[in-house]
Amino acid sequence: MSEPITGITTPIRMEYRYTPGTATSLFLRAMKEGRFEGRRCPSCQKVYFPPRGGCSMCGVEFAESVPLKNTGTIATYTVVNVNFANRTVDLPYVVAEVKFDGADVTTSLLLKGVGVDEVRQGMRVEAKWIPEDEWDFSLANISHVEALDEPDAPLESYKDAI
Amino acid sequence: MRDVAIVSFAQHSQRREDSRNEIEILLPVIRDALAPIGLKTQDMGFTVSGSTDYLAGQAFAFVSALDAVGPWPPISESHVEMDGAFALYEAWVRLQHGDIDTALVYSFGKSSPGDVGRVLALQLEPYLLGPLWPDAVSLAALQARALLDSGKATEKDFARVVARSRRNARSNPFAQLQGDVDEAALLEEPLYADPFRLHDLPPVTDGAACIILAAGDRARELSDNPVWIKGIDHRIDLQAPGSRDLTVSPSTKLAAEKVGIPADVDLAEIHAPFSSQELILIEALGLDESKTAINPSGGALAANAVMVAGLQRFGEAFNRIQAGDGKNAVVHATGGPCLQQNLVAVLEAGK
Ligand SMILES: [Zn+2]
Repeated sequence: MSEPITGITTPIRMEYRYTPGTATSLFLRAMKEGRFEGRRCPSCQKVYFPPRGGCSMCGVEFAESVPLKNTGTIATYTVVNVNFANRTVDLPYVVAEVKFDGADVTTSLLLKGVGVDEVRQGMRVEAKWIPEDEWDFSLANISHVEALDEPDAPLESYKDAI
Repeated sequence: MRDVAIVSFAQHSQRREDSRNEIEILLPVIRDALAPIGLKTQDMGFTVSGSTDYLAGQAFAFVSALDAVGPWPPISESHVEMDGAFALYEAWVRLQHGDIDTALVYSFGKSSPGDVGRVLALQLEPYLLGPLWPDAVSLAALQARALLDSGKATEKDFARVVARSRRNARSNPFAQLQGDVDEAALLEEPLYADPFRLHDLPPVTDGAACIILAAGDRARELSDNPVWIKGIDHRIDLQAPGSRDLTVSPSTKLAAEKVGIPADVDLAEIHAPFSSQELILIEALGLDESKTAINPSGGALAANAVMVAGLQRFGEAFNRIQAGDGKNAVVHATGGPCLQQNLVAVLEAGK
């Protein structure tokens, strides 16, 4: 008897011409120019960053753009200890959910310069951009966030984003 | 069985949406479907969608699309990785439970970002057939060749189907391909995927559709002229195209027998993305083209947003019955390679 076949590999490759959409395109153009721009829901007034298509709570298109600050608050975080393929950051590291000042939702970003035993909810942080000549239409223009020398924000200021 | 009716329908489709994403295409469509009946998403007993993430190339694209219905506070919701017509079937079954009276069905498909023929190859059996990458056009062309070889149809019949679609689509604002075309001139066109000419293929379409169902008296409250689903059934043929006689559609025939198509049915909206498939389906549905208006919207040859075109058949039949173009309609939707899965329904006007 020949060896049983226990598995086969069938490669799949698909190519797409991605269209991010109206709201996300405005956000990406602002990123290219080094600006944070959120979009406000005309119904509940929440500011989304990054915006996708519409307010996921109200089911309506976004209204005006809202410029956001480069600073924010860690609403919650996770410490990554598990190895995985194509990892680029040394273990352990912190992924923080940052609520930028002026936004009502959080953005996942790498936290640097803070020990995994020091990170906490409410910690004030600042976005660090990659060199300007490398800016693209991408959230990856933000390499990470770093802690600010400021008192922690009160729970009340970010609890709705958790 | 509970009586269930379509009470509202909205749609959008066009060649290529360059600026809007799926959520942005869906938002106004869902709003337009809800507006005439004065309800909100939260008023719906059940919400269900049909789509495939492979079209956008994004995992959980169907979850992102939920943003368009505004599912807060949380709603009762489901999804099928199929055309929206099959989502409508799930909604109809859900309404049979008797504890809810309304359901919102939507589907969306941007067919343009990828190579839709290759995207559809991903639904094939993944061990022996899928790795050969037979695209959807090539598989349908093999089916069309089998149909010609069987002697049941000629290339003239294909051209007749295309000319009818173009002619009927003149009244459809969402059609991409429409007009008066000469059948003989169509046959002068070069072959594209033998025996297909380019016009035997559907256009690449981006679009979305939304239908609202309601049961019994709730349907009568919401609409002065609800269109009732008198029967609905779906059946499936063997997965491997090589194991089937591609010139017939036994699953369509069986589904048609289960729903019971009236002999005097006024119009038929048939989901046939390729011209040859319309001929196979007309035979399987037992329709008489001299008595029943076939695809008055132009069908999928006029606009074919993948995952949407089947649900649109329900909507187009609904619109025409409401407009008084007919008292009843047979609706068909398909999925899978070479008409593998088929759904048949009968719609009827009535209070
Ligand atoms: Zn909102």
